[in-house]
Amino acid sequence: MARVEVKKTYKLFVGGKFPRSESGRSYQPAGAPQVNVPRGSRKDLRDAVVAARKGYGDWSGRTGYNRGQIVYRLAEMLETRKDSLAEEIRACTDSTAAAAKKETESVIDLTTWYAGLCDKLQSLLGSQNSVSGPFFNFSTVEPTGVVTVIAPNQPSLLGLFGVMLPVLVGGNSVIALVSEDAPLAGMALGELLAVSDVPGGVVNLLCGKRDELEPQIASHRDIDAILKAGKPDPAMGEAAADSVKRVRYADLSDPQWKKPAEMRSLLWVEPFVEVKTFWHPVAY
Amino acid sequence: MAGKQATQSAAKPTLSFGEKWCYAPAPEATDHFEVADRHELFINGEFVKPKSGQYFDTINPATEEKISEVALANAADVDRAAKAAKKAAESWRKLPGEHRARYVFRIARILQERAREFAALESLDGGKPIREARDVDVPLAAAHFFYHAGWADKLDLAFPGERPEPIGVVGQVIPWNFPLLMAAWKLAPALACGNTVVLKPAETTPLTALRLAEVMQQAELPPGVVNIVTGAGETGGAVVEHPAMDKVAFTGSTAVGKAIQKALAGKGTDLTLELGGKAAHVIFEDAAIDQAVEGVVRGIYFNQGHVCCAGSRLLLQESIHDIFVQKLARRIERIRVGDPMDKNTDMGAINSQEQLARIEALVKSGEEEGAVLHQSSCTLPKKGFWFAPSFFTGVSQTNRVVQDEIFGPVLSILTFRTPEEAVEKANNTPYGLSAGIWTDKGSRILWMADRMRAGVIWNNTYNRFDPASPFGGFKESGFGREGGRQGMRAYLRFPGSLSQ
Repeated sequence: MARVEVKKTYKLFVGGKFPRSESGRSYQPAGAPQVNVPRGSRKDLRDAVVAARKGYGDWSGRTGYNRGQIVYRLAEMLETRKDSLAEEIRACTDSTAAAAKKETESVIDLTTWYAGLCDKLQSLLGSQNSVSGPFFNFSTVEPTGVVTVIAPNQPSLLGLFGVMLPVLVGGNSVIALVSEDAPLAGMALGELLAVSDVPGGVVNLLCGKRDELEPQIASHRDIDAILKAGKPDPAMGEAAADSVKRVRYADLSDPQWKKPAEMRSLLWVEPFVEVKTFWHPVAY
Repeated sequence: MAGKQATQSAAKPTLSFGEKWCYAPAPEATDHFEVADRHELFINGEFVKPKSGQYFDTINPATEEKISEVALANAADVDRAAKAAKKAAESWRKLPGEHRARYVFRIARILQERAREFAALESLDGGKPIREARDVDVPLAAAHFFYHAGWADKLDLAFPGERPEPIGVVGQVIPWNFPLLMAAWKLAPALACGNTVVLKPAETTPLTALRLAEVMQQAELPPGVVNIVTGAGETGGAVVEHPAMDKVAFTGSTAVGKAIQKALAGKGTDLTLELGGKAAHVIFEDAAIDQAVEGVVRGIYFNQGHVCCAGSRLLLQESIHDIFVQKLARRIERIRVGDPMDKNTDMGAINSQEQLARIEALVKSGEEEGAVLHQSSCTLPKKGFWFAPSFFTGVSQTNRVVQDEIFGPVLSILTFRTPEEAVEKANNTPYGLSAGIWTDKGSRILWMADRMRAGVIWNNTYNRFDPASPFGGFKESGFGREGGRQGMRAYLRFPGSLSQ
């Protein structure tokens, strides 16, 4: 007799915990109509922002070295789970087995690249400045704060990491809206984050309807920046201007995502850090 | 004014030198340059009459007398300027960096040669004391051109492996508080990075920017590389929304900055904003108190307080509150307020009637909310726009004078007990442009500076500026930096970067 499989309930990942949507709603993603996933609400977003604000305090206070080790730990966890992640990609997309395997491997490679960047940012983006006077003057970079990243529908997992990692390594906390049509691998990421020493609240995963959540993301005043996969979006930008959010768009449409090397970029980190300049007189 | 306290009564008895405190007038000469009765627009390397056919007056805020009339650019004029900039962009971006550098070096040198003329004109048109225009605004403006000239042929060194390219046409809108210096902050990096510019100076202070156009001519800058259109908000709006703009840079109020961000949302136009501030200036009990008093004066009364990074919220450790307030009250009695063209003047005229009204309204709200106003007893001139150096004690976090940017010589004083409380109060604002810290303990400075959410942290000093030092805000004080290597990013594009 064939074994009856235990199926997984997909849940949100907020503040290091796995809640269902407070709205009680779910939807059946286009890529996997047989699966119910939580349909995140405005209140779920607000809860995620509260969690992310707490997570920001923890994550931004850590050393680059420590952040690097934690992101590397995430790569280790991804490596052990790559087969199941590839299956979850396939379960909601038309990816071939080879393509799904390649995507997960690209995710691991990208994560490793960014892990090693964490303690290099000050050297690469900061400076000591030779001012014309008896002052010690230097500039460092600091995380912008709570950043929402909006993953593309495809590639569901690599696209999520492509927008999440540059924000995370800068010391920001992240609220990630995963692929609407193919959310399974993205939502499974919570299971890895929970065991890779990433403190609760540093990465929060939501899924749901973009049309419903994006306007809420754009207008939430305690979100400091947005990185959205896709073309520039006037409606999002207009709402975001009310609190002078930093807004950027990553075009992950073909053929760029097929070249994951393009996602390895200091240029994607730089918009989500703030330059702070320090002056002190030199005297005795 | 029920809440008002005469500062004299708060101060301890002091030595009186009577009339000996008075300085003989030391007027700055104005006979070495002329100001035309009428100023035209600067488009495609020439001064041209506006298509609008209209002119507006620019006055001396210290006397309310008309200095000159200035062309009012309408949408058609802005379009003409934008087309000139677009046309010039093709050859300017292709010019070897070394050649671009030469032009920018020339501009720096000519500004130095004509420094006194620019300083005097800046004081006349804007109301700031000649001492500041002469010693701060003009030398720093020249330094900005000199510094950035040196980058023009070293962009690949500035951003190794990032393949920087010029953006194209840049629209720049600048404020009235540092008219020439802000023009330099905007133009120098834009030109060095290979962009062409349409610059819109502030309505109340257009004269030094238009004189800078003469410098561009003297430097033989190719026509169209810099275009200057004068006018008010409508002209600025036409500049930032012109479809030829590949990038917009704005310095000014947060409200206008948000409107610009909204207008450009999703258009793919690069944008940098340098907006308002409400900086915390934190003084610990172990600080060198007399130096800190001088720092606070420099922080809030420099340029009549018309400074986006002014240290307008003073946070005093509780134990030194009384002595500090006493010393500050005495100190502001010694600030010489009056004729900006007198070389002894410390504080000049408020820039405009409109700004004076705003300061007066906010100060009134402070009194109505129960704060205690301390004000210098100085005599203010009869004509012109003036406001005496002032500060509030007994304020609470929610008072408008603590939350709103006053942009005038008005300080609000709060207290704290622990460093944690100082950080929390300092960061309790939507702004994040600058902050000040005074303490003798090095490790505490670094601990504090690490936690203050602001783009520039002055430690045991305040209001220092340098072209090599990146300047710009966190949070609602804007984004992007000006100055330093980091500031150059705002005027370049890099293959593979995210779009805005």
